[in-house]
Amino acid sequence: MVRTEQDIKFERKVSQTILASQQSVAIGEAGKTGEWRTMRPILHTEKCLVVKTGKLSCNLCWMYCPENTVSRAIPPEFNYDYCKGCGICANECPAHAIEMIPEKDAPSSVGEESATGETGGKF
Amino acid sequence: MVIKVSDLPEEEMILPGTRLCSGCGIQLAYRWALKALGPKTIVTNPASCSTVCGGVGGYTPLKVPTFYCCFETVAANAAGAAAALKAKGQDKEIVVLAWAGDGGTYDIGIQGLSGASERGDNFIFSCVNNQAYMNTGIQRSGATPYGATTTTTPILGKRQLNKNMRKIMEAHGLIYIAQTSVGYPRDIYEKFRKAREFNGKGVRYIEILGTCPPGWGFPTDQSVNLAKLAVETGYWPLLERIDGKLVVSQPSKRYLDKSKRKDIREFLKGQARFRRLTEEDIKVWENYIDAQWDEIRAELEKQGDI
Amino acid sequence: MPEQKVLTGNHAAAYACKSANVEVVAAYPITPQSPVVEKISEFVEAGELPNTQFVTVESEQSAISAVVAASQMGARVFTASSANGLAYMYEILCWAAGSRLPLVMCIATRGLGAPWTVWTDHQDAFSMRDVGFIQQFVESNQEAYDTVLMSYRIAEDPRVYLPAFVSYDGYILSHTMMPVQIEDEDKVKEFLPPLKPHIHLTDFDNVRSVNPVTPPGLTVRPEGNTPGYYEFRYSMQKAHEYATEVVEEVAKEFEAKFGRSYGNGIYKPYKIDDAEVLIFAVASVASESRGVVDKLREEGLKVGLISLKLYRPFPIKHLREAFSKAELVVVFDRDVGYGMEGILAAELKTALYAADHRPIIRGFIVGLGGRDITADQLILGVKTAIAEKDDRTVQQNTHVDFIGVQLEELGFKKEGM
Repeated sequence: MVRTEQDIKFERKVSQTILASQQSVAIGEAGKTGEWRTMRPILHTEKCLVVKTGKLSCNLCWMYCPENTVSRAIPPEFNYDYCKGCGICANECPAHAIEMIPEKDAPSSVGEESATGETGGKF
Repeated sequence: MVIKVSDLPEEEMILPGTRLCSGCGIQLAYRWALKALGPKTIVTNPASCSTVCGGVGGYTPLKVPTFYCCFETVAANAAGAAAALKAKGQDKEIVVLAWAGDGGTYDIGIQGLSGASERGDNFIFSCVNNQAYMNTGIQRSGATPYGATTTTTPILGKRQLNKNMRKIMEAHGLIYIAQTSVGYPRDIYEKFRKAREFNGKGVRYIEILGTCPPGWGFPTDQSVNLAKLAVETGYWPLLERIDGKLVVSQPSKRYLDKSKRKDIREFLKGQARFRRLTEEDIKVWENYIDAQWDEIRAELEKQGDI
Repeated sequence: MPEQKVLTGNHAAAYACKSANVEVVAAYPITPQSPVVEKISEFVEAGELPNTQFVTVESEQSAISAVVAASQMGARVFTASSANGLAYMYEILCWAAGSRLPLVMCIATRGLGAPWTVWTDHQDAFSMRDVGFIQQFVESNQEAYDTVLMSYRIAEDPRVYLPAFVSYDGYILSHTMMPVQIEDEDKVKEFLPPLKPHIHLTDFDNVRSVNPVTPPGLTVRPEGNTPGYYEFRYSMQKAHEYATEVVEEVAKEFEAKFGRSYGNGIYKPYKIDDAEVLIFAVASVASESRGVVDKLREEGLKVGLISLKLYRPFPIKHLREAFSKAELVVVFDRDVGYGMEGILAAELKTALYAADHRPIIRGFIVGLGGRDITADQLILGVKTAIAEKDDRTVQQNTHVDFIGVQLEELGFKKEGM
């Protein structure tokens, strides 16, 4: 492989362009982590305190979700594209308004329109 | 003064779909720390689970600029970043956060942390403590508590108490030291806000107890509950040391009264890592907790607070 | 106005840091480098470095970590170390190179323990050869000062973006006073424009993170593919391959601006025009060799010297040209690539392997751990090499020749003596 003028130009260009390894911000860095779930949280709105009071009074599910896939809204909305199904929200909900159901029994699956809407928190 | 959930800011600094485990206590801690500090924050993060949170390859869920560093060097990196900001006149508006795990704080990172603390470098050092080297596969650390099984204490369980990192940091005379837990996101939020306000006053140290489902051996939905039990049993007091003065945080105040503390077994029994604890071992735990609160009480009395 | 001073090598390095308008310095004392840190402290506390942040770190590892971080924040930085301190930095030196940070640091060369030594040899500098720094050696305190300035210019060049070492001998230069001209700050500013970083951590409108775990393969996403580890390292090597010309350019610019030059910026030739035998060495070894060249020429031997200045990137083309007429090259290494041979000798052989003309190359080890290198030792080496140059058995010898070890005085005798 004889090194041509083009090869030299190419190598120079690369060596001046690829410098430090950097990242841009993106959602779903690990992909659609909703696919990890074996259990899915389902909100029973009739039990939910923010729904009953009509105020952002509880929202512990929003506060405790590590993945940021529950919105602080009335009612809270779950982002099933990314929710990993840990169950913290269900365990911490003071009104027991969130039920963990097997993913296979869920009304819709990841990638399709999720049951309660697309987005979790405000990004 | 406990902030209302509805008054907490909405903007999220970590986008969903990270590589961290389902139910990860660290991610919850990171979420609230970054919310508290806001966008004008530069994070430096050594090898740890949080590095994995930050993404593998060209994309990251983190909305604050983060630069990764070698395991033992996070404090020195933060010191250098803070120096650069000062040189460029940007140190008033931008805060530097060193975000380390227990390995990068208690063990391999302790030299740098101690040096930076002694020098009074301007940054917040946060230890998100899941009590073992979780990222490399649950090996014991200086923060691993007594009797815990890890992959390097697999049969006998750890025979030593963990280091008392809070006391080590107090010995450095830092202006702000805090202990918090992922069971209390509002507490995390408030403490990071305070730490930010101490900008320019040296290293501020915050340690967050972060639960770890695979490392501690519990179902993912217990992550917050166990982080609360750690506090409710009196094992992990939420407190601050502000310019030398000890302040017990509101959620922990009632545990000055031993009768209000839950039985430590409630915390221990839910975790597979403590399955080898004998009654004798649990006694060690109980003595540790009692001694800790006796000291806290004595100090509050000396301060004239009780 | 430039200032004429008489300075040790360490102080020359400190003045270079001052002249270069460095923004963040972090350094930890180690013999024989400590006066660098002390002098900078003096500048700082006397208010002579008002724009410089000096972090009095608690170890070398923290020193290099602090300046790497500051460099990532876009600051011009400086540090210095020696031997074991330099070795303690190793992990983060690799990090600096892999991040393509234009940091410049001095090595006051010293032997690596064990056993403990504080005296000079070149093992510490050579042990860094695979890290990815640009490396230059110097023979005088003026050259140390000048080369630090040139190194910033080279390192910060967008065609390069690589960190750089400037190595000067412990004690021989670090503690010896020589005349040094300290240049006028404004003139230096013209030669050294402000750093244009390629990382912008404080650009909050375009948030990016730096040095994540970077996998073997590309990251493939609809937003755009990003390189794997392999591409970053490929780029680093290629940057080295094209950096030699920048070194030459900068040397010429420096000469034009300040009136001083060091050979062609790559190596310093001494009496090479008609030389049949060339000595190849760096730093203190090269300095000592100049007198040796003169002495041997008095005896009628056509000896010359190539004093190598640029060690990394290894200037293969220049060396093939420099040695294109020599019959014999005698390499004196103040270091050993343990398990092989003197590092400079080994690398010259590599460089000349594909040359049209391959001289005989004979290597010797000298002066480890500060053992004094005398003219007599080097003369012995050259004369031995000349006497044995046609002996094939000698050429094929795989055992390394050391000059200057004193084994007889320790009671070691060869059998039959």
